[in-house]
Amino acid sequence: MNEFLTRRQVVTGMGLLGLGLLAGCDGSTTALDFKYGKDLSNKIMGRTFKLTDTDGEVKTLSSYRGLMPMVFFGFTQCPAVCPTALARAAQIRKMMGEDGKTLQVIFITVDPERDTPQVLDAYVKQFDPTFVALRGTLEETAHVAKEFGVFYEKVPAGNTYTMSHTATSFVFDSRGNLRLGLSPSLSAKQCAEDLLTVMEVC
Amino acid sequence: MNALFSAASRAFVSRNLVVALLAGVSVSAVAQTRVEDPWVRTTVAGQPSSGAFMRITADTDSTLLSVSSPVAKDVQIHEMSMTNDVMRMGPVDAVPLPAGKTVALDPDGYHVMLMGLNGQIKEGDQVPLTLTVKNAKGETELVKVSAPARAAMDMSHDHGMTH
Repeated sequence: MNEFLTRRQVVTGMGLLGLGLLAGCDGSTTALDFKYGKDLSNKIMGRTFKLTDTDGEVKTLSSYRGLMPMVFFGFTQCPAVCPTALARAAQIRKMMGEDGKTLQVIFITVDPERDTPQVLDAYVKQFDPTFVALRGTLEETAHVAKEFGVFYEKVPAGNTYTMSHTATSFVFDSRGNLRLGLSPSLSAKQCAEDLLTVMEVC
Repeated sequence: MNALFSAASRAFVSRNLVVALLAGVSVSAVAQTRVEDPWVRTTVAGQPSSGAFMRITADTDSTLLSVSSPVAKDVQIHEMSMTNDVMRMGPVDAVPLPAGKTVALDPDGYHVMLMGLNGQIKEGDQVPLTLTVKNAKGETELVKVSAPARAAMDMSHDHGMTH
């Protein structure tokens, strides 16, 4: 728990490659060499979204410019992968120290019918008070999921339903370029290392 | 369809239990299932469901048929699986408990879903759970456990975390 990572450690590891990468902030999206996650720099996906936050304000990707948004799709009645991913995100933020303040965790619900703004807000903030939750209509939710290549579906469960969904965390650089996909199987430390690589680029 | 099946299996269970009681089988004689480290995830106000987790070891080849709890209107057993970072979730009819093998109900596989909660589950609450387990001979056993509620942030039992 007391592991802290600094950008310097990661840059040393990147060596010469890092020099070329620094050019990335001019808006081009040079492919990145991540140690654990998947490079999404050249993917035509996740370039935009328009959803409503829990205060009723419309948010787009540019609302988070200057920050490093990390987007996770889930639902509050999810017993396993969602709390695990959000708890990991909170741990990553702490582990990154000052740099962690740039990380903006965004939880997008795939269950807008049951996830009210009130429940969503309380749900994400129990992990970290800086986390935000976004919600759309059914059409907006379908659209944003398609934009990110995220799969989700309702699964009948007795008189109600549960949900299956993609559990990747999607990371943008501070210019709003999608960069990194983090698998739920990665540890907080592994994620933090790759996030510092994103920060070095832009 | 699912509801019909589970209702039918519940009826079957209670009949078996009655048979066992009538036959004079003492509870201790069939108490062959051990439950360790049960816990329930805390909820925020208005959150209608939560998960319960534990480790179960049965002495003989057995089956976990159902779980009940007074805190929820509907208790189901679900199985989660992960393929190519897609999490798939769904109800199962029963969980096999092979003899002597510890089966984990954890966030990475089988778990108990407490759906339609009667109230918020807060840190420190003790959540009563009753497991219905059928052994190889067809005898059913009720295993009562009290599961403490732990915060969603408690990562000591979750997967993929550095400790």
